Amino acid sequence: MRNVVALTQRELSAYLYSPIAYLAGFAFLLLTGLLFIYTTFIPGQESTVTPLFTAMASAFVLCLPILTMRLLSDEYATGTIETLMTAPVKDVEVVLSKFLGVWLFYCMLLAPTLIHVALIAVYGQLDWGVTLVAYLGMLLLGALYAAVGVFASACTRYQLVAAIFGVGLLAALTFLTDFMSRQWPGMRHILAYLNVGGQFDDFSQGFFDTTALVYFVSGTAFFLFLASKVLESKRWR
Amino acid sequence: MIRVHNLTKHYGPRKAVDSISFHIEEGEIVGFLGPNGAGKTTTLRILTCYMPATSGSASVAGHDVFSESLAVRRVIGYLPENVPLYTDMRAREYLQFRGKLHGLGKAERDAAIKRVADLCWMGDFIDRPIRQLSKGMRQRVGLADALLHDPKVLILDEPTIGLDPTQIRETRHLIKELAKRHTVLLSSHILPEVEATCQRTIIIAGGRIVASGSPDQLKERIRGGSRLIAEIHGPTPDVTRSVEGVTGVKSVAHTSNNGWVRLTIDTQKERDPREEIVKMAVQRGWPLREIRLEVGSLEEFFVQITAQQQMRAKGQAEFAGLASGEAAA
Repeated sequence: MRNVVALTQRELSAYLYSPIAYLAGFAFLLLTGLLFIYTTFIPGQESTVTPLFTAMASAFVLCLPILTMRLLSDEYATGTIETLMTAPVKDVEVVLSKFLGVWLFYCMLLAPTLIHVALIAVYGQLDWGVTLVAYLGMLLLGALYAAVGVFASACTRYQLVAAIFGVGLLAALTFLTDFMSRQWPGMRHILAYLNVGGQFDDFSQGFFDTTALVYFVSGTAFFLFLASKVLESKRWR
Repeated sequence: MIRVHNLTKHYGPRKAVDSISFHIEEGEIVGFLGPNGAGKTTTLRILTCYMPATSGSASVAGHDVFSESLAVRRVIGYLPENVPLYTDMRAREYLQFRGKLHGLGKAERDAAIKRVADLCWMGDFIDRPIRQLSKGMRQRVGLADALLHDPKVLILDEPTIGLDPTQIRETRHLIKELAKRHTVLLSSHILPEVEATCQRTIIIAGGRIVASGSPDQLKERIRGGSRLIAEIHGPTPDVTRSVEGVTGVKSVAHTSNNGWVRLTIDTQKERDPREEIVKMAVQRGWPLREIRLEVGSLEEFFVQITAQQQMRAKGQAEFAGLASGEAAA
């Protein structure tokens, strides 16, 4: 556990010390700000964050893999993985800390959206319960996306490949499953279940849905498990 | 302290390490010597639990590297070949981070960092970002990291590569100092390096151990067929014939210059006919201005032995190629 804390600290500070963090923060604020103006902050519309979060969920398919791409790929490319894997640290701890590092950074990026919430609260009547559940949904969504990103980064030493692979996987989980479930009526139930959007909609609309909770938690765990197995298998080559 | 038994590692069809076995006792300082690509780094990586062996076994401080990997990693301090470091951190931050991974508390960490910073002369750059450090400084950060948790066993892969001559001398001195408290296994492809620092040398080539022993023992092995150099003044044919007649002389090669005959004499095994040659020259009344035994240097031995190994490997490859060719036909 102490290892996880030390490694997570290191991961998080690596984000905060790099210019990427501030670039990402800037892009993120710009993006959420624009989405907020054009989808949510419209006179006469229901005062809720739902449209903003739905739009953000789609945008993150592109954003999160860029944040996660360096996590393990960079360690492979620079060789620091050798010092890491010969320290008394378990592979699972490495993967878990990488995940926690990027997820905490994601939470920091998410924090400024509270400004938008405040604006809605000032100009409309905000349902705080719905908002809280919607934020929980965002945190769970971020966890799943980050886990997919960690897995993609564990697979290759090339950051660009990791990013593209991550975007591909996320696109498959969001857009592809949605599209295919309409193409193949027979597989509809399975594909609709796998679709992130469908699960996330409940949260963003303020329904606390345990099915969706299980979906996000188990999905995150599944990809982290895959990542740790991939990391372990790297030793054998 | 380190026990290796029939260790083999394949990379695909290529055998990087081919059933090697050796033991290293506590407090020993052992050099792992071999040309590039001999399997040194692979062996060290197996010992440090970075990668598992294909077959065979290895243990460090009584812990098996495969089944008790974490225990092994706790007792080892490892300096990898290219000294990979997180360049976005400052040297001190990096050591703090590594100390945490080794389970050192705050006070212990601070004390340990002070100790290793002194040992590795890091005083003037410990608070600089690693990105800005030179190769030699990085090497010292890596070494400091390896020493941080006061490990029983130090495994150093090419510890002086990329350092300038002064730093090389200082590092060698440091390694010798360290050997008083730690068991050290270091690898190198530079022979004087190993000769200068290690009590024992294991020479590896083509994934196999080709020789091992103290530098003196290794020299002993080549003394068997050593050579004499002599310079005698006299008529060339007479001189060579007479020297060839001395017992213990196997063959003689000569060059002559102004009446001086320079002889390169191969002796029979375990024979030293210097005395007889001097007596013979005096009897004949030929002036003799030089006679000496040329003991093969460790360097020569190394080149000879690794060349043999490569020839053998090449022969095998050709044979295998031939065999598969025949099979195809």
